[in-house]
Amino acid sequence: MNVVIIDYKGGNVQSVRFALERLGVQATLTEDRETIQQADKVIFPGEGEANSAMRQLKADGLDKIIPTLKQPFLGICLGMQLMCRHSEENDTPMLNIIPLDVKRFQTDLKVPHMGWNNIYNLKSPLMKGLNEQDYVYFVHSYHVPQSEHTIAAADYPAPFSAAVQYQNFYAVQFHAEKSGPTGTKILQNFLDL
Amino acid sequence: MLTKRIIPCLDIKNGRTVKGIMFENIRDAGDPVELGAEYARQGADELVFLDITATNEERKTFAALVRDIARHLDIPFTVGGGISCIADVELLLQEGADKVSVNSAAIKTPELVNELAKRFGSQCITVAIDTKLTAQGWKVFSRAGTVETPYETVDWAKKITDLGAGEILLTSMSNDGTKNGFALDITGAVSKQVTIPVIASGGAGSVEHFSEVFQQAQADAALAASIFHFGEIEIPFLKKYLADQNLPIRL
Repeated sequence: MNVVIIDYKGGNVQSVRFALERLGVQATLTEDRETIQQADKVIFPGEGEANSAMRQLKADGLDKIIPTLKQPFLGICLGMQLMCRHSEENDTPMLNIIPLDVKRFQTDLKVPHMGWNNIYNLKSPLMKGLNEQDYVYFVHSYHVPQSEHTIAAADYPAPFSAAVQYQNFYAVQFHAEKSGPTGTKILQNFLDL
Repeated sequence: MLTKRIIPCLDIKNGRTVKGIMFENIRDAGDPVELGAEYARQGADELVFLDITATNEERKTFAALVRDIARHLDIPFTVGGGISCIADVELLLQEGADKVSVNSAAIKTPELVNELAKRFGSQCITVAIDTKLTAQGWKVFSRAGTVETPYETVDWAKKITDLGAGEILLTSMSNDGTKNGFALDITGAVSKQVTIPVIASGGAGSVEHFSEVFQQAQADAALAASIFHFGEIEIPFLKKYLADQNLPIRL
């Protein structure tokens, strides 16, 4: 299987690569448009700030390519947010794949939302074999609200989308690659799609 | 519900853990990768690897080790020790570290925290604060706790929060090594005054100390070294105890 990790200098791509390696998959790190288009599966990780990430995606011409992809696609953390329409983080227009907007947490709790939190209302093949209330690792200050596309919810303190699915586009707000056996299961589910 | 994090800390010198760690089921007690994986199996929520090497040659060993840790560990880890510039952070994140911890360099050049947060995102920038109770109150110390700075601890914590730090690792030098418990007063004061997560460190000796620092000082996470390394407190037992105290804990 030809798995590609989109490398747009947006953060910790090694962790994702190593997590796939532990599942026996040697993924290709690339920003090359053609390589991405020809992949069987595409993973879109991300950390950092929305505006600079979008700038880099545009510089590589990836903002035009990514929304047209037809194979199973998995956004992780900032990757998920970049797939949305708009982010409150520096008022940034995003890739506009999923018709949702990214909001800053409005809470008295600490921001970033950092650590292990449980996910529930699990749907979609991506969450196959998981238990309701399983724990995954989050680090983020902005979130995607709940919608009909939500396939896993989490609370901080209000419910938000821990994962979404829109056609062939899947996304998780948490770091599946750093979420122990639960995260590994999700990555395996994605590879099995 | 977001859970309280339990974080073992491993000191690394020249690619090996130091101070000795005793796990019967581990072949090589000095191997940071094996130890990290064992802690992950036991239920550690995160790990910190602290590079205590002095020479540049040894630092290269550390970067290679970070890559090896990232390859094997399926939980997040922070690396720290001697990080002084953007290039240091870039290298360690590239090798697969999830977060870096800066300390003396932030005191020397506070603007560095802002530069790092802008470049890499706040979520991966932890600022470590070494604090000690002096006649003038809780003060910040630099250079592995050897140099007193003019900063009052709560003020400094607020300042680095404003500069974009994503998390604070607060070590009380007055409590470290005593096993008499965490510094509840300063940990509570910092946690209440900042909007980012606070990891309490220094003084853990019993399971009750952990519940105190979570319940009375609102710490978001607690870090310890020797009590875990020498099996004085085992992580599954500690986490079960804390869950029984109605604290949110990942079991």
